Amino acid sequence: MSNPDYLLSMQGICKSFGAIQANNNVDLNLSEGDILGLLGENGAGKTTLMNILFGTYQADEGKIMIQGRQITIHSTADALGFGIGMVHQHFHLVHRHTVLENLLVGEPGRMGRLDFSGARRRLLEIGEQFGLTLNPDARVSELTIGEQQRLEIIKALFGDSKILILDEPTAVLTPNESTGLFEALRALAEGGLGIIFISHKLHEVRNVTNRVLVMRAGSVSALVEDTKEVTESDLARLMCGHELNPPKKNTSKLGDTFLSLSAIKTGGSTPQKLKGINLSVQGGEILGIAGVSGNGQKELADVIAGVLSHTEGTIEVKGEIISKASPRLMQKLKIGRIPEDRMTTGLVTSLPLYVSMVLPWIRRSIFSRFGILRKNEILSFTSKMIKRFTIQATGPEVKTGTLSGGNLQKVLLARELAFEPEVLLASQPTRGLDVAAAEFVHRQFLSLREKGAAIILISEDLEELFALSDRIVVMYEGRIAGETKINDASVEDIGLLMAGATFGA
Amino acid sequence: MAFRLELREKTPIWFNIVLPLSAVMATLLLCSGLVALAGANVFHAYSELFLSAVSSRFNLVETFVKAAPLIFTGLAVAVAFRAKFWNIGAEGQLLAGAMAAAYIGGIESLPSFSLVPLMIIASALAGAGWAMLPAILRTRFKVDDVVTTLLLNFVMFYVMTALLDGPWKDPLSGYPDSPDIRMDAEFPILLHATRLHLGVLLSLLAAPMVWWFIRRTTLGFSISVVGENPSASAYAGISITRILIYTALISGSLAGLAGAGEVGGLHFQVMSGISPGYGYTGIVIAMLARLNPIGVVLAALFFAVVVTGAEAMSRATGVPVYLADVIQGTALVTMLIAQLFTTYRIRTLTTQG
Repeated sequence: MSNPDYLLSMQGICKSFGAIQANNNVDLNLSEGDILGLLGENGAGKTTLMNILFGTYQADEGKIMIQGRQITIHSTADALGFGIGMVHQHFHLVHRHTVLENLLVGEPGRMGRLDFSGARRRLLEIGEQFGLTLNPDARVSELTIGEQQRLEIIKALFGDSKILILDEPTAVLTPNESTGLFEALRALAEGGLGIIFISHKLHEVRNVTNRVLVMRAGSVSALVEDTKEVTESDLARLMCGHELNPPKKNTSKLGDTFLSLSAIKTGGSTPQKLKGINLSVQGGEILGIAGVSGNGQKELADVIAGVLSHTEGTIEVKGEIISKASPRLMQKLKIGRIPEDRMTTGLVTSLPLYVSMVLPWIRRSIFSRFGILRKNEILSFTSKMIKRFTIQATGPEVKTGTLSGGNLQKVLLARELAFEPEVLLASQPTRGLDVAAAEFVHRQFLSLREKGAAIILISEDLEELFALSDRIVVMYEGRIAGETKINDASVEDIGLLMAGATFGA
Repeated sequence: MAFRLELREKTPIWFNIVLPLSAVMATLLLCSGLVALAGANVFHAYSELFLSAVSSRFNLVETFVKAAPLIFTGLAVAVAFRAKFWNIGAEGQLLAGAMAAAYIGGIESLPSFSLVPLMIIASALAGAGWAMLPAILRTRFKVDDVVTTLLLNFVMFYVMTALLDGPWKDPLSGYPDSPDIRMDAEFPILLHATRLHLGVLLSLLAAPMVWWFIRRTTLGFSISVVGENPSASAYAGISITRILIYTALISGSLAGLAGAGEVGGLHFQVMSGISPGYGYTGIVIAMLARLNPIGVVLAALFFAVVVTGAEAMSRATGVPVYLADVIQGTALVTMLIAQLFTTYRIRTLTTQG
């Protein structure tokens, strides 16, 4: 029976969508001061469970109790009223407004007037109590990603929440920002909150939580009462049902220089983000690009993809100087790209899957002739790719946006690898993916490398860079701050370069 | 009990038929209150409204004649809206097309056989040209296309009335109308003793062509993709500027063709009342059809039936003809609501316990 001491108790939660049982008889208990890790692969039912708690979905069966009292949650407003706050993976902030104004969104106000002074006071209170400080008058667009997340947490705490849910909170953060977040969470727990930390990153769950609930295929597969007693590989086994199998890197033969940039600068009317980039990449190697986000990685990728034009310097592809780069020319030169933001710059979520699958290739003679689509070829190509990359989709006609994050990334991979690129440019290719999906992506990169292609891997995940790269360069403020062979590289050195140190200075 | 909207994975195909039908039913239900208020028997009024439009061969043909310009403007808007080129300017493009057709149709030196084809081509070019202006403003200078397309309607209207009041005034009648086109420039009549002219046939042929164009050509594919996700299109090597310009050209020429039909098939001249807002009604029709070209034909026919039938209904029951306008407006609102069900499903929430 339920223990009235629990801050939150969910019992026997069941939820199905059509034939899919998303949650099957799930129990979850949370006490004051708890940081409960909710661990599971994509599609294990974590998000569904939290959406039920937050009032986005309604459970088919089961009950929810807060401090021993049974409640029903019909809407997000109900959930907030019961003291449940949620920080979503994707932020819901109004960029043009200030911190204070964002906090007042949805607040009732006093007699129709926004209570600015009250909000300012509460913001200070939260700052003093938990060490979460922000300038109330800064515009959201001026905040870093880490600060934006802090604002989301403050927003969740604003209405006196007792329970805080964080959905994959580190997916968008750099290592340092993550450390800062963990400190804040510990302070919140000490202040008596109950925190649910959703993640599939094992070391983070190990690091920050004191209990772990592991879910697999909609059910609870394990409940760890003391996180310190388990290892990361224990957690991995509980989560996936099998041992982890990180891909092995074989030696590969270096080939010709496929792509080289020298003294590339951008600017003109826009702020200068690239201030003289020199780099080159050979066939058969993976060049890792490390750096804190916003140091020009996105612009570098855009220049190589032909989306952004450079104002100075030269780009050479296989020894030939490219005078006017364009996305179509770069495609012709067999430079593939996996963009950072798959939903907005990669795929067309509102249209059928086959549209996203052939988007860059639609003018190829297999997919169209004389401007007329060859629909059968497009559909059979899409079906073939679905099979080859084990994409979980009911067919080529299904709406792209209904696929999960990992499967969307597989669609992008399938699309870019289909016509054997010589250079693959991948930005944050495993961000937000679960372990199995990330391993799949890594394996594809390594096999492409063995086939002799060059890969440029832009990532903020140092573990990933160290596992895959042959060389690592670090970007800092629009320049290459340093370069090392993987065998000579240390995390400490890379970390220093990311923070702006220079060797020999 | 409470209700909630949940996202659908896939829209069932039969929705494309059931939704518009239920929207029409809801519209009639909502408007029946007004009919009753006007003191008429609801069933009597509605049967007059709908049956009169199909009761005789003449009325049936008239319905198609009235639908023709609406089909063209509806298609024009449907193509443009797919690319999220917000062409509110079908009205002005129609006027441009009508003037081009009337001008060509009045040139004495042209050989007889070339008149009708040239009028058709000229009207499409004129409409396309007038739609180019906002497209260039948007792609080069980022000027909002809703505003420019809308305002250019008034520019074209006043250019037209200025011409009709001045240099282009019919010297014979003295009215602010253009001179009649040559007899051999009049569109052939396809059915004896009716007004079923070539333009009506063209409108009915245009719809499947536009459907095929959107579904089966690379340009149509690019138009949909640019509309749904411009930045993914740009990364995939599709030039958004080019696609928007092409979209404007196609949309404008379809609207221009509406003008050719009105001049060559019905009025044989341009006068200031040549379009009672066909360009604007085209927007409603395109929305009602969910931007589907075949749906545009059905929606345009529905509107034409209502407009044709409203007079018969008014004569028989005394309900004012303005009911037709109310029905058209209500149909848009009910259809927009019905569209919700294509992307969402309704779930009933039962209390836990």
